[in-house]
Amino acid sequence: MTDLTDLTIAEAREGLEKKDFSAVELTDAYLGAIEGAKALNAYIVTTPDKAREMAAASDRKLAAGEGRALEGIPLGIKDLFATQGVHTQACSHILNEFKPRYESTVTSNLWADGAVMLGKLNMDEFAMGSSNETSYYGAVVNPWRAKGSNAALVPGGSSGGSAAAVAARICAGATATDTGGSIRQPAALTGTVGIKPTYGRCSRWGVVAFASSLDQAGPIARTVKDAALLLKSMASVDLKDTTSVDRPVPDYAAAVGRPVKGLKIGIPKEYRVDGMAPETETLWQQGIEWLKAEGAEIVDISLPHTHYALPAYYIVAPAEASSNLARYDGVRFGLRVPGNDITDMYEKTRAAGFGAEVKRRVMIGTYVLSAGYYDAYYLKAQKVRTLIKRDFDLAFEAGVDAILTPTTPDAAFEPGAITDPVSMYLQDIFTVTVNMAGLPGISVPAGLNEKGLPLGLQLIGKPFGEETLFQVAQVIENAAGRFQAEKWWA
Amino acid sequence: MTIVDTRIPDPKKFIKGATGDWEIVIGMEVHAQVTSRSKLFSGASTEFGQEPNSNVSLVDAAMPGMLPVINEECVKQAIRTGLGLKAEINNKSVFDRKNYFYPDLPQGYQISQFKQPIVGEGKILLDMSDDEQVEIGVERLHLEQDAGKSLHDQHPSMSFVDLNRSGVALMEIVSKPDLRSSDEARAYLTKLRTILRYLGTCDGNMEQGSMRADVNVSVRKPGGEFGTRCEIKNVNSIRFAGQAIEYEARRQIGILEDGGKIDQETRLFDPGKGETRSMRSKEEAHDYRYFPDPDLLPLEFDDTYVTELAKDLPELPDDKKARFMTDYGLSSYDADILVQEKASADFYEDVAKGRDAKLSANWVTNELFARLHKEGYDVTTSPVSADQLGGIIDLIKAGDISGKIAKDLFEIVWAEGGDPKQIVEARGMKQVTDLGAIEAMVAEIVDANPDKAAQAKEKPGLLGWFVGQVMKASQGKANPQAVNELLRKKIGID
Repeated sequence: MTDLTDLTIAEAREGLEKKDFSAVELTDAYLGAIEGAKALNAYIVTTPDKAREMAAASDRKLAAGEGRALEGIPLGIKDLFATQGVHTQACSHILNEFKPRYESTVTSNLWADGAVMLGKLNMDEFAMGSSNETSYYGAVVNPWRAKGSNAALVPGGSSGGSAAAVAARICAGATATDTGGSIRQPAALTGTVGIKPTYGRCSRWGVVAFASSLDQAGPIARTVKDAALLLKSMASVDLKDTTSVDRPVPDYAAAVGRPVKGLKIGIPKEYRVDGMAPETETLWQQGIEWLKAEGAEIVDISLPHTHYALPAYYIVAPAEASSNLARYDGVRFGLRVPGNDITDMYEKTRAAGFGAEVKRRVMIGTYVLSAGYYDAYYLKAQKVRTLIKRDFDLAFEAGVDAILTPTTPDAAFEPGAITDPVSMYLQDIFTVTVNMAGLPGISVPAGLNEKGLPLGLQLIGKPFGEETLFQVAQVIENAAGRFQAEKWWA
Repeated sequence: MTIVDTRIPDPKKFIKGATGDWEIVIGMEVHAQVTSRSKLFSGASTEFGQEPNSNVSLVDAAMPGMLPVINEECVKQAIRTGLGLKAEINNKSVFDRKNYFYPDLPQGYQISQFKQPIVGEGKILLDMSDDEQVEIGVERLHLEQDAGKSLHDQHPSMSFVDLNRSGVALMEIVSKPDLRSSDEARAYLTKLRTILRYLGTCDGNMEQGSMRADVNVSVRKPGGEFGTRCEIKNVNSIRFAGQAIEYEARRQIGILEDGGKIDQETRLFDPGKGETRSMRSKEEAHDYRYFPDPDLLPLEFDDTYVTELAKDLPELPDDKKARFMTDYGLSSYDADILVQEKASADFYEDVAKGRDAKLSANWVTNELFARLHKEGYDVTTSPVSADQLGGIIDLIKAGDISGKIAKDLFEIVWAEGGDPKQIVEARGMKQVTDLGAIEAMVAEIVDANPDKAAQAKEKPGLLGWFVGQVMKASQGKANPQAVNELLRKKIGID
């Protein structure tokens, strides 16, 4: 028998239904793999007792022939999701020892479909970062290494723990969130599939907020089909989140494998940026050829406001974050550092509780919202956002079904390699536009560079066009093949 | 924003300073707690007087990942209030975050409405006297969350926080700077409270904090440029508002007359000392960093939604007053008193139904209200019911009792209850209308006082003494009109 952790979600579900193995056995296999993968620092907390209990319950369901969509599938949960009674700190010290009495809607949906929780995954503090180096719990190590090198690489961020765990096969799939690229960029850097659905597709209730108008939950998985299965369970309307959208959740997996003949794929010229690795450019061209070969029609399009997306994003996101993070004040939960008076307590608590990147963004956000600057920064950024959205609207109105771009300018880099915050922010150059416009975007592994590191291609869809993304992404997956990091950690 | 001065300077309202007359300019920001069972963005109860921190949801405590969900009932209440203020209703409004740190503000921001409020310009009419009506402009009404309460007297070195109020819906009703005296300011608060109570959108209980006022005061030479204003925060009674304005206006005049300058600042009124003192200066003012709350979509509804709410609106005090004056022939003054509380107006209408409207008004406003006020009752807890009071009035009209006896009867009903008619019968309080009996009494008294009778014949004004004597002899039961006529006849006055 192959190692159970090598199975995709789809395969594992089949094996469980056929009673080839039990859910408890599957869970134990993952718990064992997690033990052997401590060097990756992907998990900050594991919940083995809870996992075995849930798996045992799944086995009873399976025995009764009542297996649900994700029955017995062991998942890792990004630390941004509230999990009842379990460590939930957004990998920040300020939420020291916080264990919520509630469960996020997204994770509730997963448990209601029979999934099993393995533990909480590492991430950049408050989802602010593109390398998973800002976590209070230390950096995550990418399972991938350059050919012939032992140097550690970052897994991307902020969902670095999720991406690394999926790539290292220490969970069958993982929840993640994406505010400016936090699902797609780490997926690209770890050779995994990650989809950020349309804004409003997944409930934000119980997800620690970073930038409310941009945050969306989504899955990271090993295959396009697994991502489709996970998103189907995660997505729902939620009366507790009035920005969630009330429309039926399609059977995404059914879209996987549909032919792409006749689909119109847009190639935006503005995504050919300076500093993009030649291999990225080559791979992008390769993606175009693959889709062409399957009968898709390739059209050149223009998204003229693309250049303004990143600067506008770094006004809107910090502005919202500065307000969203005001609740971490030491008064009701999490860290409190005593002070001489209330202001002193606030200052000491927030100084000790937040890391440098979080402080930087809170300060940027506070600045751009302050009297006299609001119109020049925040209001202007919102106008830019409208223009970015309109660029996409026009492309889709012209008949484009999906847009193909690289996910990131280059492959994974070494920790500490990027110290300038603005250079780090450039990691999101191809992904932020999607959040600014509220659209769905998927990153699918498309090949390895010369150093043997994975690169991803991004597909951007119409609002609620996730099915098209899965459909097209599968064609790329079929053509590119699947990529697996060579195991060095155990 | 340019402020339009809608008022013509009125010398009656000026206050005298050492250098001449001054005019006060006042604007009000009233926070009225919305009557609703649950909070503005959470399902937690709004019930007053619960144990600290018992009405607190995860949203109210701003737990990580919590999101606000608008309570439709609060939206309806704000629209109803807007309609009651004859104001423009905005079909699209936006919730903004007002950011500041305070322990009783769990989110670190208050969800409010900044640039696009739910209700726009409206007006409130004030009847300052029978012949003076003033129109005060309403600038806007918006919905916002209340904060919790900090308790500083529970522990020697720490403060405690009670979040029961956190997230309760408030309507902030902002007036234009149209008020020109403390009297007008008090009349404005009274009228606004009346309207809110009629609408059932706020209970108006200032002592419980469900209605509070921030009062903006400045002074100027009559008709001159607007002066620099000071804001007096959180005034919690109508009387205090009047006192605070009087004090603050005099303070500002004093500074200006000494050649000084007013600093724009926030002040607090100390009711014990009757003075205002500085809380924070303009320089210390918060930068609230308002921006649209990304957790909430813009609030939108169509005209039909508003029309449906308008259909169920009760008769409002101004309309009721007009009707009382037309239908019952009441004076503006009486009508005003009666419509101030809806319960009083209803009580009056019960009494007046099928009876003499003016006589009913006199009895309700003079006898009953004075007594209720004196003994600490209100009309809803009145020991004398509308039926009982109506019964007393019926007996007067039938000529069964005199006005004087009626007052005695009122005392009995107040103290002991019972049916007025039966009381009059049982206790022999009925008026003597037997002319023969009265005639005998008249004859006896006139004959016993020949000198006085002669004087009265010369000076009919002295007849009153005889009337009194006869009434006394009849123990008040003689019909005063009959006594009068018989006395005139007997003494020989034409």
